[in-house]
Formats: sequence, C-alpha cells, structure tokens
Amino acid sequence: MSRIGVLTFPGSLDDVDARRAVRFAGHEPVALWHRDHDLQGVDAVILPGGFSYGDYLRCGAISRFSPLMTEVVAGAEQGLPVLGICNGFQILCESHLLPGALVRNQRMRFVCRDQRLRIESADTPWTAAYGAGQEVVVPLKNGEGCYVATPETLDELEGEGRVVARYLEVNPNGSLRDIAGIRNARGNVVGLMPHPEHAVEPGFGPGTDGVGFFTLGAVVESLVG
Amino acid sequence: MARVVVDVMLKPEILDPQGKAVQGALPRLGVEGVSDVRQGKRFELEVDGEVTEERLAQLHHIAETLLSNPVIEDFEVHVS
Repeated sequence: MSRIGVLTFPGSLDDVDARRAVRFAGHEPVALWHRDHDLQGVDAVILPGGFSYGDYLRCGAISRFSPLMTEVVAGAEQGLPVLGICNGFQILCESHLLPGALVRNQRMRFVCRDQRLRIESADTPWTAAYGAGQEVVVPLKNGEGCYVATPETLDELEGEGRVVARYLEVNPNGSLRDIAGIRNARGNVVGLMPHPEHAVEPGFGPGTDGVGFFTLGAVVESLVG
Repeated sequence: MARVVVDVMLKPEILDPQGKAVQGALPRLGVEGVSDVRQGKRFELEVDGEVTEERLAQLHHIAETLLSNPVIEDFEVHVS
C-alpha cells in the first residue's frame, strides 16, 4: 500500500473524490494543503480537478506559485509520480512539467459527458494497470480543456509515445490530435483532462474504468527507487 | 508613482474562440467588414517610485512568468 497525497488549492473541487478513488484502489490518501511546505513523505501526488483560484488569470497560473508546488516540481524532477487531473493538468502545463497548454474549448461551451478514451501509453505508474490500446469510459467536464502545442511538440509527444490517452468517438473540446492526456519524458508525470476519479464505484458514474489510474502499477517502485 | 501597462494577446496561431464569438455578433449589430477579432488582456500596474531599468526588468519577468503563458501568448510592456 502506498501513501498518495492529494493537493488541495483554494477552489479545488475534486480533491475529496480523488482521495476516495485512492482508497478504492487500495492505497492510503493523504490530504495536502497548498500553503504547506511539506509533502509528508508521500509516494505520489495527485493534483485534483476544480477551479483553483477561480481560474483567474489563466487556469492553473496562480496555483503554480503555491508554496507546496515548489516541492511538487522538485519531487517530479526526482521521479515522484504526479498525476494532474483536469485543473491539475492545467497546473502541470503552467508549471512547465508538461509541454503545451489548455485553452478554451473550441465551441466555447462547458462540456460534461461520459467520454470514451483509448489508453495509448501504459508506461506510466498511473496507467500501468491498463494495456496499451485499452478503451475506457470516464466522465469528462471542462470549459478549458482544448490541448494545444506547437506542431514540433506534438510530433515529439507522438514520436516518443508520450500521448497517454486520446479521445474516441467525439473530440469534446477541440484538443489537437484528440489528445486527452500526456506524460513527461521520464513517465512519472501525467496530465489528464477527463476524470477517472468519478468512475471508481459501481452505480456512481459510467462504471469503474477509472480505478486503474489510482492503483499505481509496478512502475512506481522503479521510479521512486 | 508610475503606471506600467502589460498587454497580453494570444499568439496568432492559437485559435481564439472568444474573439470569434465577438466577431460573430458584429453582423447582428449591422457592422460588416470586420474580418477578424482577437481578444486579449490588459494589466495596469501602479508602481511606487521611479521605474528604473532594474524595476522594468523585474516587471518584464513577471509579465513573462505570471501575467502571460509564453506557450500560447505574447506580451508587451509599456511605461506610461
């Protein structure tokens, strides 16, 4: 069993659900507060969804400078597994832990739907429970989830197998190349726009396809050492 | 006291759906011939004392790291 920290910012919404998902996956959730300076020795960190700092300025732009984010960035560079979901993905891009940016949905509408995805990369601790090519359905809800990056960056991501998940059937927000999630070169940092934490319990949400994101595969030992 | 203005605009290659929506409203108001609208942000910073080179460099840094995201936006700093 690992201890997985969930970092709460003012305006985070899905931190409680993320901690619940961690529990469902058999790990111990640890609540972390953005103003602290202590990661409490957790084995991995989740940046949850929501609207940190009211999405003021740009989504994730102010959270990036939260005290605890300094530790998260330093930890991530040492191989600490970090998963950013939705607003967490935006924070990871603003922190430059992941390339590109997330901008307003192409059709200007907030989208909320059960979304089919294809897991493209199982080489991360967050996706090791899945097989590459496996399809899952999890909720998606965002207003600024359109992933953009330069063509060179997109080619690099594709070429290095760093697209972690892709939208199937519908591209809900106009993301380039149907990208729903990416990872860093090392594989420990993953950003994902849809919400697997809302698909972990039968009877609530579209199913339990999301649990795998929180089980932390064997990859974790090799990364954390 | 001096005022430093930072203008932030989406890079030309980034789709601006807000600007498009504004442009779409123009014909409904009887305005024709506006081929594009881009929406940006303007920040007005009231700065104590003189704006020295050092101060300007600091604000330039803030414009680059906090006020704009260089992946999707360009910015300009003006002292008025």
